Amino acid sequence: MKFIKFLILGTVFGIVMAKSEAFSWFRIQEMFRFQAFHMYGIIGTAVILGAIGVALIKKFKLRDISGNPINFYPKEKSIMRYLIGGTIFGLGWALSGACPGPMVVNIGYGYLSMIVVFLFAIIGTYLYGFIKDKLPH
Amino acid sequence: MLEFIQQPWTWWVSGALIAGIMFSLLFFGQSFGFSSNLRTICSAAGGGKLLKFFDFNWRSQLWNLVFLVGAILGGFIAHQFLSNGQPVQISENTINDLAQLGIGAPTSAQPDELFSLESMLSLKGFAILALGGLMVGFGSRYAGGCTSGHAISGLSDLQVPSLIAVIGFFAGGLLMTYVLLPLIL
Repeated sequence: MKFIKFLILGTVFGIVMAKSEAFSWFRIQEMFRFQAFHMYGIIGTAVILGAIGVALIKKFKLRDISGNPINFYPKEKSIMRYLIGGTIFGLGWALSGACPGPMVVNIGYGYLSMIVVFLFAIIGTYLYGFIKDKLPH
Repeated sequence: MLEFIQQPWTWWVSGALIAGIMFSLLFFGQSFGFSSNLRTICSAAGGGKLLKFFDFNWRSQLWNLVFLVGAILGGFIAHQFLSNGQPVQISENTINDLAQLGIGAPTSAQPDELFSLESMLSLKGFAILALGGLMVGFGSRYAGGCTSGHAISGLSDLQVPSLIAVIGFFAGGLLMTYVLLPLIL
């Protein structure tokens, strides 16, 4: 039962991805071609509200449901891993039109070919684990 | 009311709901980052026996796998109960650009040229899906996160690494869109 809240949040996430059309290859193409505000509006709204909320959580030292402080951990300082990794991610994002979340939303929506994309995303993650020590970070 | 929510949702409603999901996860003691699930699945499948990177207590990430199951369910519900069957409303300019690449105007949420089962079963179609997935999976772990972890959670926390990652997302996305996609399609 302790997982039911995550099931509900995931379901809301899936519905939002589908109903906002952010899970569509067409929308991702439109975004990378700068031909509509739609995707920028979605991400921009989430980030602006997110930044305000995170600042308030820090300022008032808010706690989570179990009474623990909500902590934000600074990500490891580096340029190479974020730039190279991010670029590879972007290549895949524009080709498949889906980042990991929207992939599974598509599967639920009935686009079964996204199962191939998702399985290869798992393989890609494994491949990274396999050669990570040889990569610049 | 049902007719109202069956229309595509406007950007600010969708963006606000995504922020709401991020805050809900923080309130429940977790954080919003979807691609971690890919690593968790590698670990759950026994990857930790071979590689140290996948040797961790993946059961601590079960909540995120449940979130993933919810996302599948959400896609199903959106299609079965909340859809009015209209194609994606993209701009005329995008429709014209994509026509030059041999992709027809939207008739649903995804182009049949790439996502129909017929295309999936062709060599080229399968290769496109596989390569796209492979790069997303590899790149997200290399960069330490995807759109949710970096572009939403990371930027909300004003983290410079996340900004660099998002710049990378766009560098790769633009390279694919303008240079590689015309060669591939």
